[in-house]
Amino acid sequence: MAVGLSVPTAGTVTVLGGEPAGSQAALDGIAFMAQDAPLYKNLSAADMLHLTRNLNLSFDHAYAKQRLDGLGIPLKKKSGKLSGGQQAQLALTLALARHPRLLILDEPLAALDPLARQDFMATVMTSMTDDGVSVMLSSHAIAELERMADYLVVLGDGELRLAGETDELLAEHRVLTGPAAEADRVAARMSPIQDKRAGAQAHLLVRSGGAAGDGAVPPGWEAHPVSLEEVILAYLRPAGAGSSVPGPRAQLTEVTR
Amino acid sequence: MTVLTVPAKPGQDAGAGRRTVPWQRMLWVTWRQHRATFISVPAVLAAAAIPLVIFGLKAHHDYTALVNCPLDPGKQSGTCTQLMTNFNSTVWPLANILSLLMGLAPVLLGAFAGAPLLARELETGTFRYAWTQGFGRVRWTIAKLTVLGSVLTLAAFVISQEFTWFFAPFLSRPTLNVLTPAVFDTRGLTYAAWTLTGFCLGVFLGTLLRRVLPAMAATLGGYVVLAGVTLLYLHYHYPVGTFWPMQVFEAGWLLVLSALLIAGTLRLVRRQAA
Repeated sequence: MAVGLSVPTAGTVTVLGGEPAGSQAALDGIAFMAQDAPLYKNLSAADMLHLTRNLNLSFDHAYAKQRLDGLGIPLKKKSGKLSGGQQAQLALTLALARHPRLLILDEPLAALDPLARQDFMATVMTSMTDDGVSVMLSSHAIAELERMADYLVVLGDGELRLAGETDELLAEHRVLTGPAAEADRVAARMSPIQDKRAGAQAHLLVRSGGAAGDGAVPPGWEAHPVSLEEVILAYLRPAGAGSSVPGPRAQLTEVTR
Repeated sequence: MTVLTVPAKPGQDAGAGRRTVPWQRMLWVTWRQHRATFISVPAVLAAAAIPLVIFGLKAHHDYTALVNCPLDPGKQSGTCTQLMTNFNSTVWPLANILSLLMGLAPVLLGAFAGAPLLARELETGTFRYAWTQGFGRVRWTIAKLTVLGSVLTLAAFVISQEFTWFFAPFLSRPTLNVLTPAVFDTRGLTYAAWTLTGFCLGVFLGTLLRRVLPAMAATLGGYVVLAGVTLLYLHYHYPVGTFWPMQVFEAGWLLVLSALLIAGTLRLVRRQAA
């Protein structure tokens, strides 16, 4: 939507401080890497650089070449003959060489092996810290997000389930463990996001407004910190459903900086 | 090719978005992506032109000799009889085949050059790359269609001029004249116009169907229906009845149709969702 490839059913999308999505100004400032890194398979990496340079106002050819050299991606090779990881890196290079203000990555990790994922994310992190590029990336790879996302948006069934600063989300959520006999009483007061009963023990995932107030731990209960993955999965499950119910299609979006 | 690529100025503010990427940059892009079309069309043109010239020279020569033969068959020499037989049994059928190939070329170009143009991008997902670059997707489409459409139309015009010269001797046959539909549409303005229409029809159907093979099939079918209706019906109901006015009239409505197909394509491109 932000690059104008799809149209919202309601409302409007503006980007980069008020530019309509898909407009010339918006396309100039945003580099988008679609899922599965689409490239012209019969064109060489060098041709893809030329193509992208011709299609954009700004393109840092020297930077792109240097990056591909550094990654050991041969310029003469047809992009269709490159490995999945190399194709993703080439597509990312094309996007980064435009020196965008915003980089949008749609499921960039889906087709990559663990090693390629790590290399890919390292590049994204470098461009964020060195060049100050804002990155918005959607992913199902929850664990990868925890380390780098500053801001997290959880979508399920086309609805917003959760949004907030990653650090704050982690600080606000915890699991309360206590006797199952008291669980209903505690649950009524804390309105947990997830309520798991296992024998005599109950695990309630709760969100507290802060350190004080209703965040206080009831006597006889213990509070544990939670991982981002637990929080996300809890929000993706329909409220009250057991763990056997498959969660809805999840889309996690993170915005950095 | 480097002439066409303008290096971006370093340190340029990406937010200065009122400027647009210059149109001429698409020349290299179109050339590089459709190199096969740009090379094969002139190559086929040249390959067709050589036999057409050789065969045409012979046909013209034989025809001149035949015209000089006495009209009364009783007074004709053996050479004249021989020439007549040869002209009717060999030269004429060959000319017929060439005429048929001429008639097929526009629809083949429509199906093989027009239909895949956008359908392949949509089918393989590369449109997600192409349409999100700074150039802008509607301008990208306009530029590509303009470059490819003009090259193909020009190529069609050139070959039709040559074919017109080649076919001249055969117009002496009692069943043929310049208004015979199959002859009329291979000469003057109409051949180029039919080629452009075939190309635009292919592009439009490719964008509509988003798949290469169905788009090619639909283009073949659509073109055959359009040409059939025109040859068998419309031709005889034009408001004008002589060669050039008819040429202008037919080329005119084909151009309008092409423009509508392009407008339809651009509308689809603008609205196409991922």
